[in-house]
Order: sequence, then C-alpha cells, then structure tokens
Amino acid sequence: MNLFFRKKYPEFWQKYAATFKEKIPSLYQEIRFVIFDTETTGLDFKKDKILSMGAVAVLNSSIWVADSFECFVHQTTFDRKTVEIHGIRKEGIHKISEEKAIQEFLDFIKNAVLVGHHIDFDVQMMNIALKNLGLPTLKNTTLDTGNLHKKTMIDATDAHFSLDELLEIYNIAPHDRHNSLGDAFLTAQLFLKIIKKLSKNNTLSIAYLKRPAKRIGLI
Amino acid sequence: MNTITYRIKDFLKENHPFSFLTSDEQFLIAKNITIRYYEVNELIFEIEKPVNTHFYLVKEGAVGLYAQNNQLTEQCDEGDLFGLRAIIRKDNYKLTAKALEECILYTIPFEMYDEILSINTEVTQFIISNFASNLIAYEKHSDSQKTIISEEELTAKYSKNPVTCVKETTIKEAALLMTERKVGSIIIQENNFPIGIITDKDFRTKIATGKVEISSVVNEIMSSPVICVSEKITVAEAQIVMLKNKITHLCITKSGKNKEEIKGVLSEYDIILIRENNPSVLIKQIKRSHSTEELKKIRIQASELLKRYLFQELDIDFICKIISEINQVITARIIEMAIEKLNQKPPVLFSWISLGSQGRKEQLLLTDQDNAIIFEDSKNNDENRWYFLRLAEIVTQNLHEIGFEYCPANMMASNKEWCLSTNEWKEKYHSWISKPIPENILFCTIFFDIETIFGDGKLEKEVQNSIEKYLQVYPIFTNFLALNSTQNPPPLGFFRQFLLEESGEQKEQFDIKSRAMMPLVDAARLLSIHLQINEKNTLARFRALIMKEPQNEEVYSMCFEAFKTLLKYRTKYGLLKNNSGRFIDLNALNKSEKLQLKVCFKAVKEIQSVVVNRFKLANFM
Repeated sequence: MNLFFRKKYPEFWQKYAATFKEKIPSLYQEIRFVIFDTETTGLDFKKDKILSMGAVAVLNSSIWVADSFECFVHQTTFDRKTVEIHGIRKEGIHKISEEKAIQEFLDFIKNAVLVGHHIDFDVQMMNIALKNLGLPTLKNTTLDTGNLHKKTMIDATDAHFSLDELLEIYNIAPHDRHNSLGDAFLTAQLFLKIIKKLSKNNTLSIAYLKRPAKRIGLI
Repeated sequence: MNTITYRIKDFLKENHPFSFLTSDEQFLIAKNITIRYYEVNELIFEIEKPVNTHFYLVKEGAVGLYAQNNQLTEQCDEGDLFGLRAIIRKDNYKLTAKALEECILYTIPFEMYDEILSINTEVTQFIISNFASNLIAYEKHSDSQKTIISEEELTAKYSKNPVTCVKETTIKEAALLMTERKVGSIIIQENNFPIGIITDKDFRTKIATGKVEISSVVNEIMSSPVICVSEKITVAEAQIVMLKNKITHLCITKSGKNKEEIKGVLSEYDIILIRENNPSVLIKQIKRSHSTEELKKIRIQASELLKRYLFQELDIDFICKIISEINQVITARIIEMAIEKLNQKPPVLFSWISLGSQGRKEQLLLTDQDNAIIFEDSKNNDENRWYFLRLAEIVTQNLHEIGFEYCPANMMASNKEWCLSTNEWKEKYHSWISKPIPENILFCTIFFDIETIFGDGKLEKEVQNSIEKYLQVYPIFTNFLALNSTQNPPPLGFFRQFLLEESGEQKEQFDIKSRAMMPLVDAARLLSIHLQINEKNTLARFRALIMKEPQNEEVYSMCFEAFKTLLKYRTKYGLLKNNSGRFIDLNALNKSEKLQLKVCFKAVKEIQSVVVNRFKLANFM
C-alpha cells in the first residue's frame, strides 16, 4: 500500500495501527497472546451482529486476569431466540455502542497475537463491523485452537473439534460457557494446555504455531 | 469486575484464609491473580533457589513439596496455599515444589499478602497455625532422639523376685532351681543379706571342667562378695558397674550396701531389655512365664515397645511383625498352660487358629480375640470336641484376663460352631462358597485369613487347600467377593466436609477401619485369591501383587503405602485413647495428617476401580 493513498483514519485506529511498528518477540514466552471470543446474534455475516466481546491475555504461560476485557454491545434490533442461548438480555447490563466497543477492543488487543476457537469466524465478524465503520481489517496475527489441537496429534485428521469436545478432552470444566469472556477464559486454559504439549518437542515460534496441522508429517 | 474475576472470587471465598476477607478484598486479589498450568511432575520451584515474587494457590490438582533428600514432606490439594513461607522470610526456597497431578495454579503477587492478608489477624493466625502443624511433622524426628537419651536416665527395672538359696545348698539343687525358674543366676543369702552369687558361667567354668564336684555346696563356687547397687541406679550407671567389674549380674539392695536386705537382681539381660527393649527378650520372658499375671505384664511391656517404635517412626511393617510375634507367643504360652491345667494331653492333633486381622498379623493393639480350633478327624469327633471346648474355655478366659476382649460376635474357639474337625471345616467352607449370600461372604472375609498360632500347621494347610478347590468349582463366588469389596467407597467429599465441620466446631468421629482399611484389606485378599498368591498379610499381599502384575505397580504401591499410613494412625490413636483406634476424632488430626488421609482415600478409590474393571462388576451391579 502506498502512503499517499492512505485514508485519514480516526485517532483510535491510528493508535492501534501504530502498535504494529513494534515487532512481535521471537521468544514465545515474551509474546502477548490475546484469547478472544465474540457472541453474535447468529452465524450469518451479512445479517448478524456482535452481542458481546470477551478477551484475556496470556503472557509467559500465564493467564493474566488483570489483563482482560469484556463488553456488551447495544443492539438496535432485538432477537428473542438468541437470548436463550447466550443469556444476554436487553436490560440490566451496561451496554455500549458497537463503535465504542470496537474502539475499546482495539485499544485492548494492540499488536497481540489473537487466539480463538475457530477464530476465523470471530475475526470475520470483527472485520465486517470495522468495514461498517469505514475501517480496514484487523492487522493481528491469528491462531486457531482447533488447528493447534490437531498439531498435538501425530496423525492429523481432518476432524473438526467443537470447543465443548476439546474442553472435555483437556479436562476443563465448562464454567460460564456461552458468555464471551467465559468462553475466552476457557479457550485460554485450553491454549495453555495445548501449548505445553506442543512445547515438548518443538521450539515454539509463531511460524510453527500458524502452520496448518496437516503439514507436520511433511516438514 | 468481569466474568473471570467473579469466577475466581467465588473460589477464593470458599477457601481459608481468603474466606476471612471482605468481598472487596477478595475481588482485588482475584483481579491480580495469574493462572498457570502444570503437567504431572513439572517443577514449580526449586529448593535453595531465590524466591519468586508470588505465592501459589492450588485451583485444581495436587502439588508435592519435597525436602532436601527428595522426601515428600507435604502435599497441597485444591484450596491450599504454598510458596508463601519463603517469601515472608525473604529467603531462598526451603523446599522443592512439583506437580503431583495435572495442576491449575493461581499465582498471587506478594504485595497482596503485604497489603491485604498480613493485616488481617484471622488470616495471619490461620497461616501461622498452618505453618506450625507442618513444622511439628518436620521436627518430630529430632524429638524422638531426645526420648532415647532420657531413657538412659531412667531407673533400671530389675527382677523383684530373685531366686535365692542358702550357702549349704548343693550345687545340683541350685542348678535344678535355676532351671525350673528359667533364670541365669542365683543369690546365696544369709538372713536375707546377699553373701554370694552363682551365674551360668560358674557352672561352665567350675563344674563342667571337673574342678568342683556337683555334690558340693554352693559356697564353694559362689562369687563373693556380691556387687550390690542401690535400687535407684540408672540404666547407664548399672551398665558401667557391670563393665568395670566384668560381671553380668548385680544385686539390688536399698542403698547399695551388702548388709542390707536383697531387693532383687539386675542382669545384663534386663539392661538389654530396657535399652533395646529387645523383642526377643520379651519372647523369652513369655516362654518362661507361669501365670497370666506375668503374661499380662509382658503384654503391657509390649505395648510400651509398640509406643516407642511408633514414636521412633520405625517401619510399621516391621512393628507389625514384632507385635504379632509377641501376641502369637503369648497365646501359645497360654495354650500350653491350659493343657497343663487340664492335666490331659490333647486326644488328637489340633491347630489353634487366629482369624481376621490376627490371622493377617495386622493386630497391633489389644483388640477383640477372634479364634478357632481345627482338630484331626477320628471316630470320636464329638468326644474330642468336648476336650477342645474345655481347652478353649480356659484359653479365651486367660486371653481376656491379659487384655484381649471377648469377641462380641462370639467368634471364638470356645463356641462349638468354630471348634470343628478338619472335615467339618471343609463342609463349612463348602456351604459358604457354594452359596454366596451376604452373610456367607462376610464369614469368608473373616475365615479366609487364618493362621496357625499353636499346633500342627498341616491341618490348616489341608483346609486351605480345600478352600482353593471350592473357589475353582464355584468361580462366581469370587465375583460376589469382588462386589462385596467395593461396597464401601471412599469418602471423596471428606475434605470439604471436614472444613465445614471444623468451622462449625462439631466433633466428628471417622471410622477409619471400615471406611479406609477394610476396603484395602478386602481388595488385597480378593486379588490374592484371584492370582493365587499365598500371602495373608495385607502389606505382603500388595508386595506380591506388585511382583505379579508390574503393570499395576502404581496402584498397588499406592495401596501399600496407604495401608501403612492407616495402620499407623489407627495404632497411634488407639494407644492415645486406650481403645481399638477404630474411630478417629477428625479434629485431632493436624493438616499434614489430613492430607495423608486424603491420599489414602485416593488409593482406595483406585484399587476399587481396578476390582470393578477386572471382575466386570459394572454388569454385575
């Protein structure tokens, strides 16, 4: 991209973008990972909206409770059906506009490596929200716990693992499931356990973590 | 505040010492926590290394703290704090922490201790008492050494009823007297004052060599004057006098003068007894005893020995062997005495059998007597039974006098139900094994662990062989036995429950025998029968199981250790409360003991799941 064509973005985006001037550390322990999850009104990118966002940081193999983020997005339309799954009711919780939520979220994640379960969906949801605000897509490197789990197995199949399945495999009690920060916290525990497993036979680098599971046997 | 902080705060408020804090303080701590995951055996911190800036709270799993010699000194489970002592002291770590299981740990910055925990008195009291209970466990060893030293200063116990004779007694008469009383010395007295002494050695050096005639009088061979000491002499002093004079016997008089009345004799033998409290000496004493009174005294001495062994932290397996041997010899001596009293030899061969815990040689305390008789078959079975019932009547009564209570269920040889001929026993076992109703299973759990105490072992062997045969004919019986052995699951909620009760200051008694020991005993017996292991003792059974099935070594050695721990507790508390030790007052346990108990319950759980899987009990229930 040419500097001359750059649009003038709002200050919060510029601040976010500036964090990427700093290179991601090569040592796994020094990388700030942000495990994040969004709850949405549905699975349709065109129609559905973000209800809430939750994120928590992992640094040096520890989950940092103080470094966590949670927000609920004010909805213009209200769909009764989704309420039953997520338990986010219209009243009672302090909610902010989508723009404010995204602003706070970018301020929180900075240049962290984003981790999530089937993260592509959440990133896509975020990107659409960003697009609606006339902003570019997220700049962060992303890792998918589904893929990371597959990397722990010698015989990587194409099997698809739901978060619930992985929680059971890794013996994590599913507290606060279907609450975005709750899910992010569970995914963070999952991430710690998977990373511990992977670190046994490998020097963990972002390149290694990003590489799809299937290629393990080839390299 | 967000979802995670709420979740962590909820955990904190359930656990001491955080429970003493206000909700806001709990939130503040929750917010400052980081969460870590450790795999089994992963190092958390290392001994002698500089301290971290945080301490730890176990969220899930268990952590072991190890001392220098890699010895496990403490186990931390869910809700326990560790790694705080070193930080408070601002010193290097004094222990190594390693994950015993997969763990989720909360790490709490030290500032939280400084700013919140340390200013709350309830919290600091809890933390201090926690440290203290661990310190006691740690320093017990050095304490026991102190007791050994103080033993030296104790007054020596001497025989107060010495064998004496007058100087005109012939050497032969004196020798007969000593033989009859089973002693190694005789004091020659005049007006009750000691004038000389003869010991075994004199017979060897003066008579057997032909120097002096056997028909001569004692006067000619006695050593004179006799070395006398005061009745207040200590063990150490007595030993010095013996060494100095190269003698093995001292005469005790009131103040240690020769012109005083004889109070008793102190032999080198007695010194060994006190010093080493040598069990072989106790056994010799039993063999030369002539009354239940004497035996009762010896049994009390055996209890003293037991106390000391426990205090010295000797291996419980070893203690068990010694005490069982003493009990066995006492019973055998009582039977000998009873036969003498009946003045009639047993009409046929017989075995006096111990049952249950006595049969397994796991009885350390004076508990109920459980015994039976097997006698050889003949035409006169009923007549012979009458003899053995009379014999058993005397024996059980004497055992009772010594301190072994009568069996409340009357499972004693004096009951004609349990005084049977070899063939009658075989029929009995057949009736139990062929019909595995609960009552019969219960009998088997008692009567499968039998041990000959007195008499001919071949009768027991014959009965044992027929048991093995019946078990093969009725394989379903083993499944019922397996089912029975898993009927008493371990109290898994034990800990949480306990904390609640503690805060409510309710006294709670815990049945350590049926809830923790019996399940292990039952499983060991069952698996031994299943794998044809010929051991009776539970520890020996687990040891044999480890050899036979190395793939299950982990579970079996866990059970082995657990049983040792439980046996030790039961004995310790039994001695303390002067009862069978079956019920333990939970409030009397310190923290490390509670944790050890928890590990024992885990062993019970593991072995029961081995049994459930092996005998496919899931379908059976």
